[in-house]
Amino acid sequence: MKTIYFDYNATTPIRPEVHEEMKPWMEPGGEFGNPSSIHSVGMKARAAVEKARGQVATLLGVSDPGQIVFTSGGTEADNMAIKGAALSHREAKHIVTSSIEHHAVLNVCEYLKENFGYRVTFLPVDKGGRVDPEAVARAIEPDTLMVSVMLANNEIGTLQPIEKIGALCRDRRILFHTDAVQAVGKIPLSLDKMPVDLLSLSAHKIYGPKGIGALYIRKGTRLQSLFHGGQHEKNRRAGTENLSGIVGLGAACAAIGPEMEAEEARQRRLRDRLEKGLLDQIPSSRVNGHPTERLNNTAHLSFECVEGEGLLMLLDAAQADRPGLAVSTGSACASGSLEPSHVMQALGVGPEWIHGSVRFSLGKFNTEEDVDWALKLVPPVVARLREMSPLWQDKIKRSAVKN
Amino acid sequence: MYTPQVLDHFQNPRNVGEMADANAVGESGSAVCGDVMRIFLRIEGGVVQKASFKTFGCGAAIATSSVLTELVKGKTIDEVRKIKNTDVVAMLGGLPPIKIHCSVLAEETLKAALDDYERRTPSGTGK
Repeated sequence: MKTIYFDYNATTPIRPEVHEEMKPWMEPGGEFGNPSSIHSVGMKARAAVEKARGQVATLLGVSDPGQIVFTSGGTEADNMAIKGAALSHREAKHIVTSSIEHHAVLNVCEYLKENFGYRVTFLPVDKGGRVDPEAVARAIEPDTLMVSVMLANNEIGTLQPIEKIGALCRDRRILFHTDAVQAVGKIPLSLDKMPVDLLSLSAHKIYGPKGIGALYIRKGTRLQSLFHGGQHEKNRRAGTENLSGIVGLGAACAAIGPEMEAEEARQRRLRDRLEKGLLDQIPSSRVNGHPTERLNNTAHLSFECVEGEGLLMLLDAAQADRPGLAVSTGSACASGSLEPSHVMQALGVGPEWIHGSVRFSLGKFNTEEDVDWALKLVPPVVARLREMSPLWQDKIKRSAVKN
Repeated sequence: MYTPQVLDHFQNPRNVGEMADANAVGESGSAVCGDVMRIFLRIEGGVVQKASFKTFGCGAAIATSSVLTELVKGKTIDEVRKIKNTDVVAMLGGLPPIKIHCSVLAEETLKAALDDYERRTPSGTGK
């Protein structure tokens, strides 16, 4: 049987109708032109780029689409926001961010620290993964360049109080950037009214193509370009526009907006059923992340005394009579670095829980049957690994002594 | 990323479980690092009669434990002493570079079990 996909926070498939919309913009005989060309083929391509810019702006609640710049994805958008601001404000030497940011933010901050003498404040989070806005206020110094705090965490789904953080940044005339890659298309945004200067997003998290994203740059925000070449994107990002990708991003934004509310509720129901069912069936299990301020689609659970990579591999192994399940884990063994997830470490979770963490991230193509399968397949796999685990054996013996 | 041998030993691990009559038990690793291996041996007349394991860890850690218990069965203490992590890796048809430490852990666990045996049977009376 085929694999059931529970890893939508990693990436999503392209919506078929989005794929269809993209095709004419790359095929011979279609409108594949260079948007910078002044002939009719180029002008049609230009119009398509601007239409997509408008579609992105609409989803974000931005009335002036000129504030949207296309990038190669979320990582480039984060780099452009932080490094671009640093290049424009040479007097600044300090950044405030959180300890649970995506590496596309964390490692840009580290880079500025290593190479340009920046000081970086990595704010701690509470047990639910939330940054305290008061801590942001206390961290700001006279030479602070910006505050960068993500909107929704990719691993545990925790939402940050960005309205409060943004407002206090504005009071202090400090730039505020938010990596909203996981939040866009899942929660409604109205950036015209929000105290946000810079916001990163990516198409492949919202049923668009990989290799395309955007950065919202509030009018008046000084940001130097990282790429130099032609005068694309009003000199903000040189390079011939990724025409079909841009069309795909725009179409993905246009498609997800109207269905957001219904999908939010539907996926939340599925997620809650999955979570409750696993907690009920599996002893010594817990949910990580904030109990309420959390993405609707993300279930991040820990199973004590099992190791995440082993669990992931057993779940992934499809058989003739059962599908595989594609999930992800923050365990050290699966990270490629032998370090467990920095997010789980920041939550202050003990090692016996950290390694047994698994993320189920749901999406629009998940069904009730998918959740039924997960509820059927996960508990015996956890039990099987615990049967093998010396830590579980010790735990059982300890509790037998106590009783 | 894993060879068919690793996947086989991971999905169908051999000799899992605690051994009631083990006379050599070794453990290494730590929960903090995410790998704990425990091996149980029954040694009689200087020869490993039975071997079993319990392991908390990734697919490679479980596969190396499983293959190790197969490797030691029927071998003399001196032969078991000579087993290196590279022997375990070879039996699995290779491990990804980042997982080589699992085989090192297996070698350490085995040595710990033999040390335990020698403590229990001073002057090598069990040989």
